[in-house]
Amino acid sequence: MAFFKKNLYGDYGDKEAPTGGGAVKTSANEWPLWEIFIRSKQGLDHKHVGSLHAVDAQMAIENARDVYTRRQEGVSIWVVESKYIHASNPDEAESFYEPANDKVYRHPTFYDLPDEVKHM
Amino acid sequence: MPVQELEKTFQQKVDNEIRIEPKDWMPEKYRQTLIRQISQHAHSEIVGMLPEGNWISRAPSLKRKQILIAKVQDEAGHGLYLYSAAETLGISRDEMIEQLHSGKAKYSSIFNYPTLTWADMGAIGWLVDGAAIMNQVPLCRASYGPYSRAMIRVCKEESFHQRQGFESLLVLSKGSEEQRAMVQDAINRWWWPSIMMFGPHDTDSQHSEQSMKWKIKRFSNDELRQRFVDMCAEQVKLLGMTLPDPDLKWNEEKKHYDFGKINWEEFWNVVNGNGPCNKQRLDARRKAWEDGAWVREAARVHAEKSAVKNKQHIAA
Repeated sequence: MAFFKKNLYGDYGDKEAPTGGGAVKTSANEWPLWEIFIRSKQGLDHKHVGSLHAVDAQMAIENARDVYTRRQEGVSIWVVESKYIHASNPDEAESFYEPANDKVYRHPTFYDLPDEVKHM
Repeated sequence: MPVQELEKTFQQKVDNEIRIEPKDWMPEKYRQTLIRQISQHAHSEIVGMLPEGNWISRAPSLKRKQILIAKVQDEAGHGLYLYSAAETLGISRDEMIEQLHSGKAKYSSIFNYPTLTWADMGAIGWLVDGAAIMNQVPLCRASYGPYSRAMIRVCKEESFHQRQGFESLLVLSKGSEEQRAMVQDAINRWWWPSIMMFGPHDTDSQHSEQSMKWKIKRFSNDELRQRFVDMCAEQVKLLGMTLPDPDLKWNEEKKHYDFGKINWEEFWNVVNGNGPCNKQRLDARRKAWEDGAWVREAARVHAEKSAVKNKQHIAA
């Protein structure tokens, strides 16, 4: 049973700035942070390109268009509020990904076939 | 894991060119140094929009106006990429803006000089963006992932900045006597501040060694400065102009250009707030922030109201 700590991507500040920094200071008026994903060409995945502040999804998309696609870098934009991105914990990476380490038989190269077998 | 172990693993990653990402363990000093370096870089982009913004309404043709607008838009975008990268380290945008406005954070002192003629636009593109490129290309391989990715994006756009500047000077250099004089004058004013952009001499640069070890600085100030001088000394010939340095001379032995002494008094004066435009720049930024407060608040409240309205509509 995996007990992974829910790490919110936008959840910076309380853990990350222990000395001198304290909690991340934001004013009541600061707009939420959004992560931006752009599909550069039909057929490709959306890729994370950065973040920006916006009041809502509509503004986030328009601002992303203005800032991240000035040179026709995108045909599609996804915006997600940073607080909704959940990430695996890098501190637990070793144990988390351990199951794949000893399953070399998942790779095609594990299987030795005679040369006579074509197209495989 | 004890701190020494964590530091050892961290340094090994850096040594092996494995990028450090936001949630990875990092020395507190690494985090703070990066926050400072990246946020000041971001501030430089935003403040850098001001000297050039000055000439948008005064550009000599529609083509040049469009080009200048595009360049200034890019600078805003670059500021954003860098603020984004800084925010992954645990500082908020508001806090960074506050640091800039209070004078706590610095920005590149080159932007504290005034833009007096149209030729300044060309000189800035050629020399200032040129110096920035020299500095930014190595940072594409900085150890901190978000910073290096931001730099890659910036560098793709920066080369148009330098080319449009040089091209503009080239056109002017083939023009009337007045235009040619204007080019030489602009070069005379922007040359020394541009080579000061590379920072103090290595011997006077305190943080360099640690930054190099952490790979958030890849070449020394003097090394980059020398490359830049060598490059510009050749390029200026194509403009039929000169660099305002009587000591600039090709050194056959070293295969580099020797150049004159930098006026460090001027450099420190400007860095510490006494440049020609320091006050103007900060006043402009503070004013923009304050004047825009109602817009930020209105947008936020409007979005909240719309969200409530939508919920009610769905519930009904």
